[in-house]
Amino acid sequence: MELLSGADMIARFLKDEGVEYIYGYPGGAALHIYDALFRQDDVKHILVRHEQAATHMADGYARASGKPGVVLVTSGPGATNAVTGIATAYMDSIPMVVLCGQVASHLIGEDAFQETDIVGVTRPIVKHSFSIRHPSDIPVVLKKAFYLASSGRPGPVVVDIPKDMTAPTERYEYVYPKKVRMRSYSPVTRGHAGQTRKAVDLLLKAKRPVIFAGGGIVTGKASEALTDLARRLNMPVTTSLMGLGGYPQGDAQSLGWLGMHGSYEANMAMHHADVILGVGVRFDDRVTNNVSRFCPTAKIIHIDIDPSSISKTVRADVPIVGAANHVLNDMLGLLSEREPEQHVSLDDWWSRINEWRSEREGKLYEPAGEGETLKPQQVVEAVHRATHGDAYVVTDVGQHQMFAGQYYKFNKPNRWVSSSGLGTMGFGLPAAMGIKLSYQDDDVVLFTGEGSFQMMMQELSTCKQFGIGVKIVNLNNQSLGMVRQWQDLNYKSRHAQSYMESLPDFEVLLSAYGFRAITVRTPEELEAALEETFADKHELVFLDVQVDPREHVYPMHVPLGSMRDMLLSKTERTS
Amino acid sequence: MRHIISILLENEPGALSRAVGLFSQRNFNIETLNVAPTDDATLSRLTVTTTGDERVIEQITKQLNKLIDVVKLVDLTEGAHIERELMLVKVKAHGAQRDEIKRTVDIFRAQIVDVTPSIYTVQITGDASKLDAFVQAMAPVGILEVARTGVSGVSRGDKVLNL
Repeated sequence: MELLSGADMIARFLKDEGVEYIYGYPGGAALHIYDALFRQDDVKHILVRHEQAATHMADGYARASGKPGVVLVTSGPGATNAVTGIATAYMDSIPMVVLCGQVASHLIGEDAFQETDIVGVTRPIVKHSFSIRHPSDIPVVLKKAFYLASSGRPGPVVVDIPKDMTAPTERYEYVYPKKVRMRSYSPVTRGHAGQTRKAVDLLLKAKRPVIFAGGGIVTGKASEALTDLARRLNMPVTTSLMGLGGYPQGDAQSLGWLGMHGSYEANMAMHHADVILGVGVRFDDRVTNNVSRFCPTAKIIHIDIDPSSISKTVRADVPIVGAANHVLNDMLGLLSEREPEQHVSLDDWWSRINEWRSEREGKLYEPAGEGETLKPQQVVEAVHRATHGDAYVVTDVGQHQMFAGQYYKFNKPNRWVSSSGLGTMGFGLPAAMGIKLSYQDDDVVLFTGEGSFQMMMQELSTCKQFGIGVKIVNLNNQSLGMVRQWQDLNYKSRHAQSYMESLPDFEVLLSAYGFRAITVRTPEELEAALEETFADKHELVFLDVQVDPREHVYPMHVPLGSMRDMLLSKTERTS
Repeated sequence: MRHIISILLENEPGALSRAVGLFSQRNFNIETLNVAPTDDATLSRLTVTTTGDERVIEQITKQLNKLIDVVKLVDLTEGAHIERELMLVKVKAHGAQRDEIKRTVDIFRAQIVDVTPSIYTVQITGDASKLDAFVQAMAPVGILEVARTGVSGVSRGDKVLNL
């Protein structure tokens, strides 16, 4: 039996749980915990420059590794600064545990210095939250927090820790709880056998099927099962933005991603489908466009681990609650039983899809020629070549995010890291840092824009302190590109506050932190700069790429239309 | 359509605010809300009446079930059930009106539980529509105060909501 203070229990628990990094920022209410971390070497603490960055670092790490990211902040402003990052993780179902210091128990409710009801503030954006009531509860509560964050549909869990719970003078028995049970929480894994059989029947009869896979494929580690199933059935696969890499985009059956800025062929195929197999998706508004016009001829099979995702926006004909991996493997099992029974030929369907593909081939954008101003799309394609398509690609939010998703082709899951649900500008740099720390030998590329980057650029200081060699590609169009695009389309090009005046000189800015920035204007300069950028895996390099500010992201859904209603360029739209 | 959803909730700090907060967060409607501990000290029972079409009610029950503090729930309106609400009403009671009020109270099988020379306090139980009818009947004499508990209920017959 071992007696430990609450603070030491936290440090010890993190070690026993296998946590390598914890991202955070100290302050009064968290100081006992910081002292405990100081007195051990197992868990490494990464000091950020703003608590929001700590949550995004944890988030990036979680998306790349599949394990929960861990954050430590103090009470009051420390905790409220973390709110945006918690909401970001919540919207994309990312496992995260946020430990918040709190004022001492006897002060709670008295508006004490740096007191905020952080459990109350975060209530709608967490999977669950806890307040520690007694130091001896710490091991079990933390175990529950990790279990909840990473099981079922993952999400952030907040643990509020009043300062007296971690007092060094009070010691209690510590035992690492290997397992916890909660009577009110038992996430499903296996899908309903009858429903699964129904789904297989429906798929075998489909003439125009589409598989639509989402983030659940990535978090549920179901890429392999999905790929097997798609190949076995010879069916086209599209993914949501969150699902990028869940199915190899280099594969002939891949239609790329779908939705507001999805590919022409993916949106056309969805619209004309007779059966849609949705796996680990939530049919959100950026996918469906107008729900009442969504895929009018399709029967919908919907597999998700969260029952509340099913029939939330689009009514499912065959709902299956279960973990993607299990259900897809069950489907594969059923298919093996039925062989050699053949399903309907999909030749006609594939020839239609190939027509759609060829309609847009070579028309997606016009790359800049020698000496001309670069197009953002071609920058992404050049980075793809320079990294052999094998980098961890992190984005901020805006046009550059869509270009990165469209033109960097992903063949592996967990390689695409982007705030898709909440759309958090500033997410990119810290998320990339979180990944790079744990994957030192891989290229971690951040696509960002001047708008997003300036929301978290103080983290360059953290990069300096910990030697974090992320590669930053700033697609600099000197404006808030996506806002500007909407203003071009909907507000007669009245660019209200979307123009970024007085941008910093990025070369000078980066050099202030001891890093190198390279300014790039033309295709020739780009090739040379990329070679330099990726020469040393451990050096942070910032590419300030001046791109055409007039470029829009296309295709783009026509508002309130169906999946097939798209603007294809500034002058073309679907009929 | 009106639904009565009864929930067994962990009797933990913050649990109630999670359940109630969910309604405003997701734009669901609460008409009445009733909550109290049960025979099992670790559980509270929360009963909420809400309105919505089938899709909305499905979402409400799914979202509630997703809350970690929710142990079990039932939509009582899916089957035969008993619903009751208790109301205390203070009414003006002067002179000849005192008899008239007493008669109405008897008709509704309510009870006068407190008396002053000018005021009756009436206790009445029943379903929501009976209580509404009583309020309407008392309106002409002058209602001073109304306190309703919100609906509580159980399923009829063998069906029980417990662990």
